[in-house]
Amino acid sequence: MAVVDPSDLFALRRRPAREKLVDQGFRQLSVLLASIVGLVLLGILLTVLGGAHQAMAAFGLRFITASDWDPIANHYGAFTAIYGTLVTSVLALFIAVPLGVGTAIFITENLIPLWIRQALGLMVELLAAIPSVVLGLWAIFVMEPFLRPLLEALHQSLGWLPFFSTNPQGPGMAPAILILVVMILPIITAISRDSLQQVPPELRQAAYGVGTTRWGAILRVILPAAVSGITGGVMLALGRAMGETMAVTMIIGNSNNFSLSLLAPGNTISSMLANQFGEADGFQVSALMYAALVLMLLTLVVNVLAQWIVRRLSLKYS
Amino acid sequence: MSFSVAPAPSAEGSSGFSRASLRFSPGLSRNRWNALFTAVAALFALCAVLPLLLVLGYVLVKGGSLISFGLLTQLPPPPGLDGGGIGNAILGTIVVTLVASLVAIPVGVGGGIYLSEYSRSGWFAQFVRFGTNVLAGVPSIICGVFVYGLIVSTRLFFGQSYSAMAGGLALAVLMLPTVIKTTDEALKLVPQELRWGAIGIGASRFVTITRITLPAAFTPIATGVVLGIARAAGETAPLIFTALFSPFWPESLFSPIATMSVLIFNFAIMPYEAQNALAWAASFVLVVMILAANLFARWLGRFARA
Repeated sequence: MAVVDPSDLFALRRRPAREKLVDQGFRQLSVLLASIVGLVLLGILLTVLGGAHQAMAAFGLRFITASDWDPIANHYGAFTAIYGTLVTSVLALFIAVPLGVGTAIFITENLIPLWIRQALGLMVELLAAIPSVVLGLWAIFVMEPFLRPLLEALHQSLGWLPFFSTNPQGPGMAPAILILVVMILPIITAISRDSLQQVPPELRQAAYGVGTTRWGAILRVILPAAVSGITGGVMLALGRAMGETMAVTMIIGNSNNFSLSLLAPGNTISSMLANQFGEADGFQVSALMYAALVLMLLTLVVNVLAQWIVRRLSLKYS
Repeated sequence: MSFSVAPAPSAEGSSGFSRASLRFSPGLSRNRWNALFTAVAALFALCAVLPLLLVLGYVLVKGGSLISFGLLTQLPPPPGLDGGGIGNAILGTIVVTLVASLVAIPVGVGGGIYLSEYSRSGWFAQFVRFGTNVLAGVPSIICGVFVYGLIVSTRLFFGQSYSAMAGGLALAVLMLPTVIKTTDEALKLVPQELRWGAIGIGASRFVTITRITLPAAFTPIATGVVLGIARAAGETAPLIFTALFSPFWPESLFSPIATMSVLIFNFAIMPYEAQNALAWAASFVLVVMILAANLFARWLGRFARA
């Protein structure tokens, strides 16, 4: 048996230069790849700002308040599209929030057997996976023809209100709002469900213990405890609704004439971009870039607010 | 909730406590309200699921009935003519999604490795995390505008304007935040002891990550990546003015290319029945592909938990 020099046992293995190089190189590479996110964001901002620069100089804030979109005279105001974006997404939210939160409660409570609840949850999640262009196709050929008699009845009975003052002629704001509801419902349901499930069971047990009923516990204890997460989810859904393009473009009618009526065709910023960007040139591209900038700022504000709400409030019970 | 109270052995009457009050009586106003709220919640859940069933039903029946071998392999007909198929669009969707994956997966996984393995809470990592969330919220049409401004209008690739490459890159921008987030979160779930063990027996950081941590987190990362790919395959908005459309077979990565999503958009708003039918058929193929990918991801995710 060879005698080992005891000092060898403690001799540290020197890391070969090559290994150090690989290690350092890999670290630098991962930093580089991570910084691509920042570069892409910066690139998006610069591209849109650079493209919009000309129109911004020409129109300034008048672009947001004027509603004339005239490519022939090169006069652009995006009020109709901005109004359409805000109205469709906010109204869609008003319909989708009760539906989504109600569904979330229904699938987190033990009212029906677990497997049915799991199946419902899975279905809602799969609904989120259906491409918006397919929903748009369905909206054009199935939903809109089905809805038209209902909308006509609405016009006939409530036509004195400015919101229902035009006769529905197919595409319009109302079908666009409904297809947006279908699109944002899965987001609201999924996030509400997660927030409801995170509420500690002790809260519910305590509520039952002092003698409340099931819905007393839901409405007075569980929903208030989960409201921050739900609000964050609702804001995320609002951001998604404002940026949603395809389904809305296919069903909203793409008209730049401003109308208060929800039954009339309208426009959103994203549908305007989808329709005109490919065929635009010169100054119109700049005006469209300006509209894209407005859309970006709108969604950015909503999304940052959503993140802030979630971070600020949702960790109360974890 | 009905309680059956066991008969008390003694002195029940003397406490003045009537057992009847413990019995569930549906006529009480609070129980009526409960039943009403439950019914409303059930109705809402039904309303939420109904569109999915209707859309799926229409796509599967209306689109599925049109599927034939010729439809899957032929070119779309000129406007107004019958027949033809969506072969080039199926191929185009695969090509564009592949380009997007080849760009977004390495970049996203690399970024996720940085966030989780090298810097969990440094200022740069926090900035990247914030940026990822912001990028995830950027509307998809803006990704198209970005790539249009960067690549299409400047003719960056060999003087070509609209190209499959540009479309793929626009989808990659869209996929990137999903891949980074999943990688970051999957790597965070890997037990710290594995890293300590690897470093302790003398592995370098690089070897620890590539041989120990990444393989341990493979399943959740794969799940997220598959979901990201499925989402990208169905996206239309970023492709309309980057990849454009083409009625012919794909020529190269640097020429306009047909995709199923843009085909659905273009053909749905055409006034010809043959084109509308092709839009339904393409919807069928697209939805089946995407749902299959989603179910596959779910199946993968099951291994992650086990």
